[in-house]
Amino acid sequence: MGNVESLSYFVPELILTVAILIVLFADMFGMERGGFDLPGGAALLGSILALISHVWLYSQPATMLFEGMIAHDMFSAFFRGFFLLCTVVVTLMTMYSMEVIHLKKGEFYSILLSICIGMCLVASAQNLIMIYLALELMSLGSYILAGFSRRIGRSEEASLKFVLYGGVSTGVMLFGLSLLYGLTGSTDFSAIQQVLISSEKGIDLTAFTIFLLILVGVGYKIAAVPFHFWAPDVYEGSPTPITAFLSVASKGTGFALLIRLFYSTLLTRSPAGGFWVEVGDIDIDWTFHLAVISALTMTIGNLGAISQNNLKRLLAYSGIAHAGYLLMGVCLLTDVGLQAVIFYLVVYLFTNLAAFLVVIIMVDTQDEEGMNGVRGLWARTPIVAVAMTICLFSLIGLPPTAGFVGKYYLFVALLQGKLYWLAIVGVLNTVVSLYYYARIVKAMFFEPTYTEEPIRVHPVYAGLLTALVVPVLYFGIFWDSLARYARYCASLITY
Amino acid sequence: MEHQSHLLTWITFLPLLGMFVILATPGRAKEFIKQIALISTLPSLLLGIVMISRYDPAGGMQYIARHEWIRSFNIFYFMGADGISIPMIFLTVLLCPICILASWGINDRAKGYFALFLLLETGMLGVFCALDFFLFYVFWELMLLPMYFLIGIWGGPRREYAAIKFFLYTLFGSVFLFIAMIVIYIYTSSFDLTKLGAEIAGTELHTAVGLKWWLFLAMFVAFAIKIPAFPFHTWLPDAHVEAPTAISVILAGILLKMGTYGIFRISYPLFPDMALAFALPIAIIAFINIVYGALVAMAQTDLKKLVAYSSISHMGYVMLGMAAMTPEAMNGAMLQMFNHGCITAMLFLLVGVIYDRAHHRDIDGFGGLAKNVPVYAGISCVAFFAALGLPGLSGFISEALVFLGSFPVFPWITVLSTSGIVIGAVYMLWTYQRMFLGPLNEKYASLPDCNVREQVTLYPLAFIVVLVGIFPHLVLNLFSPTMSNLIDLLVK
Repeated sequence: MGNVESLSYFVPELILTVAILIVLFADMFGMERGGFDLPGGAALLGSILALISHVWLYSQPATMLFEGMIAHDMFSAFFRGFFLLCTVVVTLMTMYSMEVIHLKKGEFYSILLSICIGMCLVASAQNLIMIYLALELMSLGSYILAGFSRRIGRSEEASLKFVLYGGVSTGVMLFGLSLLYGLTGSTDFSAIQQVLISSEKGIDLTAFTIFLLILVGVGYKIAAVPFHFWAPDVYEGSPTPITAFLSVASKGTGFALLIRLFYSTLLTRSPAGGFWVEVGDIDIDWTFHLAVISALTMTIGNLGAISQNNLKRLLAYSGIAHAGYLLMGVCLLTDVGLQAVIFYLVVYLFTNLAAFLVVIIMVDTQDEEGMNGVRGLWARTPIVAVAMTICLFSLIGLPPTAGFVGKYYLFVALLQGKLYWLAIVGVLNTVVSLYYYARIVKAMFFEPTYTEEPIRVHPVYAGLLTALVVPVLYFGIFWDSLARYARYCASLITY
Repeated sequence: MEHQSHLLTWITFLPLLGMFVILATPGRAKEFIKQIALISTLPSLLLGIVMISRYDPAGGMQYIARHEWIRSFNIFYFMGADGISIPMIFLTVLLCPICILASWGINDRAKGYFALFLLLETGMLGVFCALDFFLFYVFWELMLLPMYFLIGIWGGPRREYAAIKFFLYTLFGSVFLFIAMIVIYIYTSSFDLTKLGAEIAGTELHTAVGLKWWLFLAMFVAFAIKIPAFPFHTWLPDAHVEAPTAISVILAGILLKMGTYGIFRISYPLFPDMALAFALPIAIIAFINIVYGALVAMAQTDLKKLVAYSSISHMGYVMLGMAAMTPEAMNGAMLQMFNHGCITAMLFLLVGVIYDRAHHRDIDGFGGLAKNVPVYAGISCVAFFAALGLPGLSGFISEALVFLGSFPVFPWITVLSTSGIVIGAVYMLWTYQRMFLGPLNEKYASLPDCNVREQVTLYPLAFIVVLVGIFPHLVLNLFSPTMSNLIDLLVK
């Protein structure tokens, strides 16, 4: 489709762009009056409008946009919705968070929205150049936001660590992309795939090198072992709303990138349907390599979380473990695996954002993000304690929460693929994870509090928390619609 | 489509309704909360009595409710009851009001306690009513959450340790059940427990003996942890000792039965050939449970720990009976599940009564109590004798049936296991002697006897123990047709 026609599919991104401009102008003219946060309001309105226009565009058939640069298919549409929803929630969190209230708001929101655009583009890119540019757009923004609390030392440290790790790993990935270009002579996914399909034997080593190099970049984004070391420090140092954003949206981007890049270049859809196979004569057991990374990631993530006392660090390790669970779905190279990943991501979005919202409430009300802050929380604010418990049980994967169904879906896919060893590793990890999530529950309910003083939760936070936790319970019991939605979204554009 | 009945749905979810009422009540109104909790367990009890009175033992699965739940995965909301579940459902609805009464002294955060208790009741009833594997699993796990909090918040000094140990152990078992459930689903595309056995026989899973062996083992581990079978029993003494009285009653009276219930309901019908292959190992584990549990019980000085270990021993009889697979043994095992539920519930209630008064449970710290608490001593006498298997009380019938039925199959194991009875008599009588007979310990000269509330909790159970001891067919008739169908399936 040509450039001009494509614009009609690009409305959500255009709305975000307009919102960025408005936010910048609002900030420039100091339009923050009567206590109302105008830049925040504009960002919120912009992201909500973008979300609405996105839903409105949903039923459009799959097609290529901008001369084949990006694709509009169910997969990219899903991720666009995912990122926009995430942005709406994080914008709301930011507007009322004490951590970022004194900082320059206009910059903050405009960077947040540009990250969102970058993420949407990553999920839909069909060209190596495009995917790299989109990735950089989101990464650069993330570096800045991670270090946004400039006066706090560890925020600076987080940002620096993030930049160093990020720079190296995306550089390595870029090298992989250049190899791919060198091998095939094209930056366009469909052309790359065509060349690889008709290629001769003997490119296994090159293909594997490309895969490894790309994996460095992707593994960094999703915080997979052994590229996970940045996550705990960055999560701890960043302002909490940004941590929430990184833990959900950034991880989602990593998975979108991995699936988009990997499934549309080095793999091809099997004519039998339902699964993907290696292109051409490449004979590499991708499933096994990804499965090993998945097993390592969840195990190391879970073991690392056991000894954490800072909630943000603990959730960082838990996020690493969840990247491992999600990789179980990706490594299968089947439709069901993709559906499971999409289902799990939706569940993860609600659960993890709600968990981080509780951390934000803790930080705002008592400036404490350690285990001490939640001690005896039940006596001080029962609703928040119960909401946090539901989230934690969902992260463990216990019924009747959505996390259980997500795990169920993943394991169905996994056992259908006959990866029994990975399934055993996965469920044993679930048991390990119970231990550290239960430590938080224990602190909230079993341990005495140092003060009985009730915590006053901002009504917006209370509403947001409810809005995030209700789906966690709802999808734990009535998940047929979400399962059908995941089935609908798990389709990449094919050539 | 068969006729739909909503009886089991009401029985299961009425307590949940009570939970929501309690949640909407301000926490200060403690007496009111307790009354609501009691009132919301009673309709289930009444409906449970209706369920038994209308039940036709020869009629197969009854009170069926079947609605589509998750179309994408062929999951149904499928409830029903047969001879295996009816006694368990009745036991649950009977013990729950009793436990609420036994928890009347709980005033610390009463709202949370009773709300969680009602959630627990719904979870337990759901496990016994569910006929869809997925639904079963959801209830099976759902039950863990309230149990974790009930032990962890209202338990004894080491409650946190006991709660997490219970949680980790049970989850460790459950995840294997989870995997087995999914593998079976992948082969059969079904979760229908009533048909899965036949469907497995029609798929390639039927010939995959190695895989079936692993699946059976995985499910057995899940159930064995609940029973608890040696060597997975170590969570039980901790959980029982630390849990508040009513929760110990629920743990021993109902939760342990879920393990054996699961084997009867799922493992045996789904993999009858594997059941035969596993019969000997199960019998050996049963023997270890019986003798080891009894020996360890004898060594205890803490009354509650003693009762906890005696449970391990008594659940061994159930496993021995189910391993033998003869009609007498299977009926004996099922009856033992019911009887042990009543007897051990009485024992834990009695422990609770004395602990409330003396604030310790050291057996040697009492003495001559029969003199000034005659009612308590009398009921204890019934419970202790029922536990050691005195003829005329219910425990004797089921243990005799189990031994009778398993002797032809496992002669040596059975003969050796009978020593459990002797050891059981030793520790029960010795305990009784130390606590109630001999010179009165002056410290407890003014110990008050059971009050009306405590008597109300104990008399119904004592009545059932005596009644079943004299007319065992009242319970046996409920499940013997179902059991004989199961035996036909196993040894065809």
